[in-house]
Amino acid sequence: MRETLEKIRESALEQIQSVGASLEQIRIRYLGKKGELTAVLRGMGALSAEERPKIGELANQVRADIEEAIAAKQRQKEALALEKRLKEEKLDVTMPGTPVAAGHLHPLTQVQRQLEDIFIGMGFSIEEGPEVELDYYNFQALNIPKNHPARDTQDTFYITDSILLRSQTSPVQVRAMEHRKPPIRIISPGRVYRSDALDATHSPLFHQLEGLVVDRGITMGDLKGTLEIFAKKMFGENTRIRFRPHHFPFTEPSAEVDVSCYVCGGKGCRICKGEGWIEILGAGMVHPFVLSNCGIDPEVYSGFAFGMGIERVAMKAYSIDDIRLFYENDERFLEQF
Amino acid sequence: MNLSRNWLSDFVNTDGIDNQTFCDRMTATGSKVEGYEELGSDIENVVVAKVTHMERHPNSDHLWICRVDAGARGHDIQIVTGAQNLFEGALVPAALPVAKLPGGVVIRAGKLRGVESNGMLCSMGELKLTSHDMPGKAEDGILILDNDCENRLGEDIRDVLMLRDTVVEFEITSNRPDCLSVIGLAREAAVSFEKELHVRQPKVQGCRGSDRVENYLNVRIDAPDLCHRYAARVVKNVRIAPSPLWMRMRLRASGVRPINNIVDITNYVMLEYGQPMHAFDYRCLDGSAIVVRRAGKDEAFRSLDSTDHVLDDSMLVIADRKKAVALAGVMGGENSEITDATATVVFESACFNGASVRVTAKKNGMRTESSTRFEKGLDPENCLPSLERACELVELLGAGEVVDGVLDVYPKPRPLTVLPFTPDRYNQFLGTHIPTGHMIHTLEGLGCRMENDRIVVPSFRADLACMNDIAEEVVRIYGYDQIESSNMHAETTLGGRTAKQQFQLETENLLVGMGLSQIHTFSFISPKDYDKIRMPADSPARRSVVISNPLGEDTSVMRTTALPSMMTVLERNHNFSNETVRLFELATVYLPHDAADELPDERRVVTIGLYGKTDFYALKGICEGILKASGIAATFAACTENPSYHPGRCASILAADRSVLGVLGQADPRMASNYGFDAPVLIAELDFEALFAHANTQKVYRPLPKYPATTRDFSFVCAEETEVGAIEGIMAKAGGKLVEKVELFDIYRGPQVGEGKKSVSMRVTLRANDRTLTVDEADQVSRKILNDLELKMGLTLRS
Repeated sequence: MRETLEKIRESALEQIQSVGASLEQIRIRYLGKKGELTAVLRGMGALSAEERPKIGELANQVRADIEEAIAAKQRQKEALALEKRLKEEKLDVTMPGTPVAAGHLHPLTQVQRQLEDIFIGMGFSIEEGPEVELDYYNFQALNIPKNHPARDTQDTFYITDSILLRSQTSPVQVRAMEHRKPPIRIISPGRVYRSDALDATHSPLFHQLEGLVVDRGITMGDLKGTLEIFAKKMFGENTRIRFRPHHFPFTEPSAEVDVSCYVCGGKGCRICKGEGWIEILGAGMVHPFVLSNCGIDPEVYSGFAFGMGIERVAMKAYSIDDIRLFYENDERFLEQF
Repeated sequence: MNLSRNWLSDFVNTDGIDNQTFCDRMTATGSKVEGYEELGSDIENVVVAKVTHMERHPNSDHLWICRVDAGARGHDIQIVTGAQNLFEGALVPAALPVAKLPGGVVIRAGKLRGVESNGMLCSMGELKLTSHDMPGKAEDGILILDNDCENRLGEDIRDVLMLRDTVVEFEITSNRPDCLSVIGLAREAAVSFEKELHVRQPKVQGCRGSDRVENYLNVRIDAPDLCHRYAARVVKNVRIAPSPLWMRMRLRASGVRPINNIVDITNYVMLEYGQPMHAFDYRCLDGSAIVVRRAGKDEAFRSLDSTDHVLDDSMLVIADRKKAVALAGVMGGENSEITDATATVVFESACFNGASVRVTAKKNGMRTESSTRFEKGLDPENCLPSLERACELVELLGAGEVVDGVLDVYPKPRPLTVLPFTPDRYNQFLGTHIPTGHMIHTLEGLGCRMENDRIVVPSFRADLACMNDIAEEVVRIYGYDQIESSNMHAETTLGGRTAKQQFQLETENLLVGMGLSQIHTFSFISPKDYDKIRMPADSPARRSVVISNPLGEDTSVMRTTALPSMMTVLERNHNFSNETVRLFELATVYLPHDAADELPDERRVVTIGLYGKTDFYALKGICEGILKASGIAATFAACTENPSYHPGRCASILAADRSVLGVLGQADPRMASNYGFDAPVLIAELDFEALFAHANTQKVYRPLPKYPATTRDFSFVCAEETEVGAIEGIMAKAGGKLVEKVELFDIYRGPQVGEGKKSVSMRVTLRANDRTLTVDEADQVSRKILNDLELKMGLTLRS
C-alpha cells in the first residue's frame, strides 16, 4: 500500500509538470471522490491498527503534495498568462496624447490680474469708470485746463467739445474722490485712447492701471515704499526702483519711476537697451488743486497716485516686441500664454 | 530743447564734467536728457591747406592734380581732385590719410587713374555743412575758406570752423518754459553742480541822444487780455549780412538755420533768453504805429512762409494803422519781412496770453518755435532784458545803429508770488530729513529770494504756486534717491474685487476651462462693419458714438455690438490657416443716449466665436455651461429673425422672467462669407450685465438621494420639425415632482422611420426623496407622460 501511494504521488507530480496537462483533470483523477488516492484510502480498513496511522499520515502527505503541486503549477500558468498579456498590451508611448481643448487667458488679462492681486493684497480695491468720458474729468479736474500745452502729450479722440475717449484712467480717481471720503486706496485698470497711429510701439487703444491713495499723513516715502513692494512682487525680490523728477499736472512732486532690469539685474542688456533700468511708471503726490477740486481738504489730507501701461508691463514681462500682437489675437500667439 | 555746451559755458563753468556725468546729473535733478551728440566727432584729420600748384591729370579731362601746403602736416602734398572751382592760392579743407568724414567715410592714400593722391579736398557737403551754415560759399565744388585762414595752415578744420561742440537734447516739460533757454538751463546746471551762475545785464550804447524811438513809432495794446506786455526798439542804418561764424555755429548746434544777422539775432536771443522775438521792416509799417489787437472776422493774412490764412476775432495780431503785420506770437507777415533791402528794423519783445497763442497756432496749422514757447506762458519781466540783448548783439555785430529809448507798454505788471517757507512741513510731506540750510541754498540758487519765513518766487517761475511745488524744488535738487521708502501707516482699508468684478473673472476662467481663448479687440469699428454683419439699415443699433477726429473710417465709431470685432478676429485666424479656433471676448459696447451731452451706456457682452471641428451643440454646451455655473435656469427658443444668424440654427436664451440673456447660433452664410468663410462659423452674444443680474452664485447643498431611482425609456417617431425641447418640457411637466431628469439619448433618421421624420429616444429618471418608488407608481407616471405627449403633440410610442 505504501508503494501504491508513492506511485500515485510520483505519477501525479509527473503529470502536473507535463506540458499541456489539465490541472483540473489531474485533480479529479487523483484527488476526486472517485480518484485514485481516495480509492487507496478506502482500502485502509484492511490494515492493521498499527499500520493504519502510518499509512494515513502518508496518504495525507501525498494529498498535500499533489494539491501544492497543482497550486504551484496554477500560479505559474497565471504568471505566464499575465506576462503574455502585458506584452501584448504594449503601447507606443511616443505616439501623441489625445488633445484636450485648452483655452488661454489673454496675456493682458493675465498681467492685469497679477497687478490687481498685488495691490488688492495691500488693501486696494478696484474702481471702474466710463471710457467715453467728460473733458472735465479727463482734463480739467486734473489741473489741465482747455488749451493747456500739457494736452499735447496726450493726443485725444473727441466725441463733442466736452466729451472724449479718456486718454488716461485718472478720471476714475476724480470720480472716486468725489463720492468717497478718505481713506481712499483704489486702483483703476482699464482701456484708454490716444490718437496715435498703430505701429509696433503705439496703439490708439491700450490699457492702463492707476492707483490712488488719500489719507492723513501720506508721504512721498510711502509712495516709494508702496511701489517698491509692487516692483518686487511683479518683477522679483531683487528688483530695485529709481525715481526721476518729472512733471504731471495732477501730481506735485512728480516722478518717473524705473525698475532695475529683471533680466540683467541692472548691468545692462538687450531688454533694457543697456541702461540697466526700465521705465515703467509715472507717479507723484496728488496735486492740492486736484484734492480740493474733489472736495478733499489738502491741508488735512495728502495722497499719492501712480500709473502704468499694462501693455508695456506685459511686453517687458514676456519679451513681446510688437504691441499689435495683443490686438491681432492670432491663436498661435494666444496659446503661448 | 537742444543745448550747446559751448554756449552754456558763457553762463556757468561746467568744464571738466564729462558729457555722460553732465547728462545723468541734469536728469536726476529734473531736466530730463534724451541724449547728447558730440558734434565734430565724426571728422578726423581734416586740416586747412593752401593750393600751391595745379595741373591737369594726364589721363582725365576733368581731374586736377593739386599740390597743397598743410603747414605742419606737410608742405607739399599731392591730392587729385575732380572739383572745378579751385585756383592756386585757394585755402581749402584737406582730408589727410587716414581721415574720417561724416557718414563713416574713411579717406586713405591711393591712386586716381594712375596718379598718386594723398588725401581729399572737401566740399561743404562732405563736412555735413550747408550754404546756410557757410553763406556765400559754393555748394558744389570744394569749400573755399576765408583768407584769414592763411596763417592757420595745418590746423584742425573743426577748430577753424568751430565745429566742435556737444549738443544735449533736453525734454522740457510744459511747466518749465524758462528751461527752453540757455540761461534757464544754465541756472539748473549751476544748482545741480554747485557752480556759480553768471548772467550779466546787456549793455546797449545807442546813438547817444541823437535820435529817439518816439520819432519812429508808437505802440498801443487794444487787447490787454491777450497781450500782457509789448516792448519795441528801433535799429536804423541796418546792414543786412551773414552773422559771424560763432553765432551761426551756435544756431546750427541748436538746430536753427542761420539766415542773416538780424533774423539770426532774434533766434539767438530766443534760444539764449527763452523770449521769442520778432523783427519787422520799419518801412512796411503804415502810420508809424504798432497796434496789438484782435483780428477782424475773416481778416486775410499771409505769413512769411507765403501761406494765406483767414483770421477770426479770437486771434491776436500785431498791426499797423492799416493791416496785420504778424500773427502775435506765431509768425510774422510776409508784408513786413526782413529782406536784403531792409534799412530800419523794429524789434518786438512781447508777452502774449499762452492759451490764445496756442489756439491761434492750432487753428492756422502753424506751430512754431515761438508759439510753442508762448503757449506755455512766458515771463513778462523777460521782455526787456531780451530786447536789450538783441540790441547789444546788433552793436556787437555792427548790424546797425540802435536808436535810443524803448517803447514799453505793460498795462498790469504782475506781482511776484510770495509763499511761506515751511521746512518742517516739506520734510514731513516728503518723508525726508533735508537740512533747512540746504533748502535755502537750493531755493536761492533757483532764483528765489528768501526773506525770513517767506519765499519770493522769481517772475520766471510761474509754476511755483503752493507748498507742494516748493517741496519738489527742494527734493529734486537734494535727490529723489534720498527719499526713504516707508510703509503707509494709515487706516486699514478693505481691498478686493466687487461681486461683479469677481463674476467677470470667474466667467473668464470658466470659458478658458471650456477650451476657449480670450481675445481683446478695439472698441472702435467702421460704420461699414454694421453692413458686414447684416444689421438692417434702419436698426437703432446702428446709432453709435461717433469720434469727431478718428484716425480713419475703420476706427471711427464706438461699437454697439462686439460681433464685428469677433468676426474680424476669426477671419484673421482663418487667413492664418489656424484650423480650429475657439475664442471669446468680454467686450464693452457703447450705447448712446438721445441727448448729445450725455455719456453713453457702457455695457459688457460676452462674445463667443468658433469654427473648425465644432458644431451648434458644442456652442450650446458652452452657453449652458456658463448658465449652469451662474446658477441661471434659462431656456432656449428658436430665433429666426436675427439677420446675422442662420434662420434655422439660431436660438435666443431666455431667463425665467422671459428676458433675453443672449443669442447663439451659426452665422448666416452670407454674413460668414463677408468674412471669407464658406464653412460654418458659430457665434454667441451673451449680455454680461443680464447674466450678472440673473446670476445666483449662492450655493446651497441638497442632500444626496437615499432611495434608488427608476428609469423609463421612450421612443417616438415624429416630424423633423418637432423640437426636442418641446417634448422634454411636456415630459418634465407631466411627470411632476417625481421627475429628476429628462434626457435625450438618441436621435435616429433613416428608412425605417420614413422621409422627413426622426425617431427621438428619451430617458426619464424618476425618484422620490422619501421612499423607493414602486413599479406601479413609476408606471402611473409613464402613462401620464404618454398621455400628455399624445394629447399635446400627437406623439405615440414607436412600435
